[in-house]
Amino acid sequence: MGMDDFSTSALTPDLARLRDQIRAHAEAYGLDPFETIFEMVDSDQINSLAALGGFPVRYPHWRFGMDYDQLSKGYEWGLQKIYEMVINTNPSYAYLMKSNPLVDQKTVMAHVYGHVDFFKNKYLFYKTNRKMLDTMANHAVKIRDYMDHYGQDVVESFIDKCLAIENLIDPYAPFVEKKRSAKAQQEEPNSGRLKNDRNYMDKFINPPDFLEEQRQKMALAQQQSKKIPAEPQKDILAFLLEFAPLEDWEQEVLAIVRDEAYYFAPQAQTKIMNEGWASYWHSKILTEKVLKDSEIIDFCDHHSGVTAMQPGQINPYKIGIELFREIEDRWNRGKFGKEYEECDDMRAKALWDKKLGLGRQKIFEVRKVCNDITFIDEYLTEEFCERLKLYTYQFNRRTNQYEIADRDYRKIKEKILFGISNLGQPFVYVTDGNYQNKGELLLWHKHQGLDLDVRWARETMRSLSEIWKRPVNVETEVDGQKKVFSYANGEFSERFI
Amino acid sequence: MAIYNIKRDHSRFRQIVKGKIKQNLKKYVTHGEMIGRKGKDRVTIPLPQIEIPRFRYGDKEQGGAGQGDGKVGDPIGGNPQPGDGQGQAGNQSGEHQLDVELTLQELAEILGEELELPKIEPRGHKTLKSKVDKYTGIANQGPNSLRHFKRTFKETLRRQISMGTYNPEEPVIVPIKRDMRYRSWKSDVRHENNAVIIYMMDVSGSMGDEQKEIVRTEAFWIDTWLRSQYKGIETRYIIHDATAREVDEQTFFKTRESGGTLISSAYKLCEKIIETDYPPSEWNIYPFHFSDGDNWSGEDTRVCMELLQSRLLPMCNVFCYGQVESRYGSGQFYKDLKEQFGMNHESVILSKIENKDGILPSIKEFLGKGR
Repeated sequence: MGMDDFSTSALTPDLARLRDQIRAHAEAYGLDPFETIFEMVDSDQINSLAALGGFPVRYPHWRFGMDYDQLSKGYEWGLQKIYEMVINTNPSYAYLMKSNPLVDQKTVMAHVYGHVDFFKNKYLFYKTNRKMLDTMANHAVKIRDYMDHYGQDVVESFIDKCLAIENLIDPYAPFVEKKRSAKAQQEEPNSGRLKNDRNYMDKFINPPDFLEEQRQKMALAQQQSKKIPAEPQKDILAFLLEFAPLEDWEQEVLAIVRDEAYYFAPQAQTKIMNEGWASYWHSKILTEKVLKDSEIIDFCDHHSGVTAMQPGQINPYKIGIELFREIEDRWNRGKFGKEYEECDDMRAKALWDKKLGLGRQKIFEVRKVCNDITFIDEYLTEEFCERLKLYTYQFNRRTNQYEIADRDYRKIKEKILFGISNLGQPFVYVTDGNYQNKGELLLWHKHQGLDLDVRWARETMRSLSEIWKRPVNVETEVDGQKKVFSYANGEFSERFI
Repeated sequence: MAIYNIKRDHSRFRQIVKGKIKQNLKKYVTHGEMIGRKGKDRVTIPLPQIEIPRFRYGDKEQGGAGQGDGKVGDPIGGNPQPGDGQGQAGNQSGEHQLDVELTLQELAEILGEELELPKIEPRGHKTLKSKVDKYTGIANQGPNSLRHFKRTFKETLRRQISMGTYNPEEPVIVPIKRDMRYRSWKSDVRHENNAVIIYMMDVSGSMGDEQKEIVRTEAFWIDTWLRSQYKGIETRYIIHDATAREVDEQTFFKTRESGGTLISSAYKLCEKIIETDYPPSEWNIYPFHFSDGDNWSGEDTRVCMELLQSRLLPMCNVFCYGQVESRYGSGQFYKDLKEQFGMNHESVILSKIENKDGILPSIKEFLGKGR
């Protein structure tokens, strides 16, 4: 199959007119999206794009194939269908399914403008690479070159190892001024390797003996100087880039994986808000401006499908849209501030209306400054939890099933926050690059009530030790006891400390 | 916008999957029930999810938040996904099973590679001709639905240029009737080998469920392999105790009878089926006989040997006898066959299957000779 067979096409004139209308409505409401290019795709293309994270070109890797396999089966069997996809670039690209009925196309376009406004205006996205389309394509070229040169298996299996730790980054790092930069300039970051831009000369410029000597020197120097890192570092990938004994191409691959992880991180940090914002606006624009009478039922049907909650799951679309509406309503009626908070007459609170009309302004502010954590922490109220019938659930070992545990809004908030803080993943830091003075790596799992999954930890440590090329240790807690997991020479062990 | 061709990643993934199946082939062969049939020529195989590891929390401990009616302590039902808490397809956590779909052809290839099975050489003079139509041709006439746009365009362009009516400044292409080209078929004659497998099984009292399970599993793999080697394959089933009768597949594996065992009855029926339906000059014939090795009398065993030697063997590619170990069986028939034909007979293959673990080596014994 040639590339031509897999090309998307531009909007039909009808749809292009609709797009212009919808964009005009969006702007009239105050949305401020990037220019957005819509492409028409068929189901196979949208499954491919979804597997590739929305980008038309990625480096070759089997996991994209796996995702594609599952998406296309899900589609074939009628289990799932991807309605909408948009990527955070400038201009933004969004995809419309050719086979969708017109009312769906309208909904998707309005929804997309919500997302693109969000991408453009949310602080958290200010540092994301808006030319990621090109960057991804460049990554693909680089990795294909490495595959041609070193073999597909070798490169792919190294990518596997990098992906095992791709979540060990610090999503807030882009906003922190680099403290280390001055120091990094002073000393060669690498393991004593002399700089050399001609690969074929490397074994003469950096012969193994020399490297070993350098390494010992460095080790001694390190031991004499202070610990590396000076304080626990969350961006473990950056640490590895700086200190792990990697070949040039490996270093480059790890940097690529890290780049892409940082690109996607803010989207994961704002899933609830982003989907809520886009749903709020597609609903508003369609019901107030765009829909024909004959389309209302179909629209409602699809909208309620998108925002439906399943048992035991938080649907970000639902929570997001409801919260934005709640905030708008509260600020319209002045339901905030000391007087409101301290009022204990429930009837007065329910009927509270100071006719402030600040709602619209408030939600635009929230969309600019909050992330999911502050959004939930700040605005998920008792009344909201009650109205949406939220609960927490726990696994009951005795009955071997999940059961409703509580309806207290503080517990609910805590659960949701825990599920999204650090994207629901354990907090892991690197604390020592020369553990026990043997060049071993020491990580620290900041325990917050939940144990690591040991089986997964073992596999992850295996990958990590193949990158670090020395044993890897993780300080953690198991059943309330402090423990150290170690992975050395293909063996996993654990001991109490 | 051109989309990167994900088909390559997909086939890479399939390659990895097949590698995993190959690694665990013994498990799948031993536990035949893990393999599900899907339609006529597809199977599904459960694989542990192929996933990239990462640091994560243990699953069950976690719990989460949800929405709905009910009071504290009520089960919530559904399929909670703790942790990521967002009902997103594709990024679920947990130990999901991956149901991989394979064609029987692919499964046969994996079996063939792992057991190093040789390709079967069909008996030469037994080829059948069959005609296959393929739409690879081009015709001047045809229905509009088969119109070949590119060829028609080219034809028109060529005509217009040669007639001087083509203007590069204003390239208008107007096809007339004789420019039209249509997709059309070409007939291909193929030589095919037809084959029939005749399964015979002793269903006397001593063959228990476990023995039948072994036979069923083994039959599945034999079928799979032979199907990959022959295009048109038929299967027939004979069960016997003291008498033999032909049955359908279902009955073959389910029936349990009691009473004596006259193996010759099955061989006679087998011979009759071959003579009526499968002239050996046109068919590759594979009789498989499974039994626990008990026969009623030495006299009947002699009849069997005679039947094999003079009637069945000359008609068959290879005659396979699989002896399933059972608590009650004596295993005598295996010894008798061995005495009569030896272990290296060119068209008799003997195999003992002690238990489920014996299935894989036994398949290799039967199919490893490439006949």
